[in-house]
Amino acid sequence: MGRFFMQTIRSVGVVQLSKSSDNIVTLGLSGNWQLREEAPSAYDMQKRIEENLPVSSIAFETSGLSGWDSSLLVFLVNLSLYCSQTEIVFDDSGLPEGIRRLIMLATAVPEKKDAQKQPGKESFLSAIGGATLKLAVSYREVTDFIGSIVLSSIFFMRGRANYRRVDLFRLVYECGAQALPIVSLISVLIGLILAFVGAIQLRMFGAQIYVADLVGIAMVREMGAMMTAIIMAGRTGAAFAAQIGTMQVNEEIDAFKTLGVSPVEFLVMPRMIALILMMPFLCIYADFVGILGGFLVGIGMLDLSFMEYYNETVSAISLTNCSIGLVKSLIFGILIALSGCLRGMQCGRSASAVGAAATSAVVTAIVWIIVMDAIFAVLTQVLGI
Amino acid sequence: MPKDTMNKVEPHITVQDLTMAYGDFVIQRNLDFTINRGDVFIIMGGSGCGKSTLLKALVGLKRPAKGKVLYGNVSFWDVEPDEQDVIMRRCGVLYQSGALWSSMTLAENVALPLETYTELSQSRVREIVSLKLSLVGLSGFEEFYPSEISGGMQKRAGLARAMALDPEILFFDEPSAGLDPISARHLDELILELRDSLGATFVVVTHELASIFTIANNCVFLDSASKTMIAGGDPRTLLSESTDPRVLLFLTRGERGASTAKEAVVS
Repeated sequence: MGRFFMQTIRSVGVVQLSKSSDNIVTLGLSGNWQLREEAPSAYDMQKRIEENLPVSSIAFETSGLSGWDSSLLVFLVNLSLYCSQTEIVFDDSGLPEGIRRLIMLATAVPEKKDAQKQPGKESFLSAIGGATLKLAVSYREVTDFIGSIVLSSIFFMRGRANYRRVDLFRLVYECGAQALPIVSLISVLIGLILAFVGAIQLRMFGAQIYVADLVGIAMVREMGAMMTAIIMAGRTGAAFAAQIGTMQVNEEIDAFKTLGVSPVEFLVMPRMIALILMMPFLCIYADFVGILGGFLVGIGMLDLSFMEYYNETVSAISLTNCSIGLVKSLIFGILIALSGCLRGMQCGRSASAVGAAATSAVVTAIVWIIVMDAIFAVLTQVLGI
Repeated sequence: MPKDTMNKVEPHITVQDLTMAYGDFVIQRNLDFTINRGDVFIIMGGSGCGKSTLLKALVGLKRPAKGKVLYGNVSFWDVEPDEQDVIMRRCGVLYQSGALWSSMTLAENVALPLETYTELSQSRVREIVSLKLSLVGLSGFEEFYPSEISGGMQKRAGLARAMALDPEILFFDEPSAGLDPISARHLDELILELRDSLGATFVVVTHELASIFTIANNCVFLDSASKTMIAGGDPRTLLSESTDPRVLLFLTRGERGASTAKEAVVS
């Protein structure tokens, strides 16, 4: 089979068709049949055979064949399939031994008809129907999941949940302490940005001092909770989805289930608790660091004194603002943990499914964070807080 | 034969008219067979015929589309989850990849079932864990993580975990896949040893002929073309008495029944 490497003449595969009086078509195969070159196609050959009907049998003559690889095999296998459909005898006795064996191998097992997936086009209506059904299933999954989380948290509060305390502590550390550097960086920058935006406008009225109010209230009420949530969705939510998704791929989740250990209790609960516990702390921390960022601008650019800025900030921030921020961060924590763990549990059994789960966890979480924040904004407006 | 040591043949798992499907795509239909107490029962068949799916229906991971799985006389898929848990607690499963929990050491992996279902003291658990690990030839590896040991070792550690609660029934999904012949043989010997010493029932999904003839005394043969079981019973009897070319082809690695099977396929 490897003889074609020795060929110096780059001749292409050629077929010559000749028909004898007793309706036998002889195909003279010659030249070098290589995948890299254009080779005659079986489809063209079929047409040429059809022009020569009636044909009872196809034979081959290969004395001019200098080299061959899969391209010849594809040609011959397609031709033999065509022959079996049209009841023309495929006489392979003229072919080299190697090709004959490969053709036999390729045609030994008939194509499994029901194994083939139909890639065909879906009609518009069936696409809508399919999407609706998928949506219904996914809502059921989400409801199921939330239900089992509620049940597990009842177990947890009774102290009967099955989880390892070591895991919980490790997760608390990962969700809390390890997130501090990135939260610090982002918060200080958000504080700076807010202060700059405010400063340009407020300086026109000589009201620079109100930069302290702006930064203080914005950080405590909105940005602290929101930015921490977005950071944690990208950092921890994705990690949860990937961790649980990989365990799904490795059958580890199955192993929990057959052991009668609820994966929700063992894997999801500690993650939920760790994140929900840590979110308010991270939020408070982000508030402080953000205000510090605003303070840097205030002192450095607006020539405010330390005490001025401090007093203005303290008088601007009310307890209500603080609690709204904290409640939000708590709810964001639930949303992030929920979407991360849910996507992980829904994960398919392949490497790309893990990636999709992580992506989808982040997207779901961020969408819900923003939606929830908007709901909060409207609610607090209506309630007048 | 193991039946000499048993007082009577007692059905342990009975499968009745079981059909498994993914959506509308039927994998296997109309399965009927009985696994007796103390059997080493093989689920065999070509690749992709639904062996592992059948195993999932047996261990409670995938609800069958139709039919029953009886443990004793309790229909697994018709009882409350609590009762399912009780049944599954008497079973151990060894997954194809071992499926060890990768964030835990081997000792913690084996200890988790014990800690979950027993009130044993920490030191007692540790003793049992090292016993189970030494049974599968892994003593000294307690503090290793699954990623730090070889595939064959992971599989054996998975077996140790499956045996942690001294189950009555052990399920194996392709135990010898990825093992060298000697390790595979050790695993077979281990299975026979455990069957004789614990009196446990073994359900093994495999297509490893050497293992099948060494360990099995009962089997079911699934066929992917007809999507149902086409033979059952002692594999050695099947080899000598079966006339079905598909079964013979499989059991002789294609040496016997080859021509007849080819005719069957062509026709």
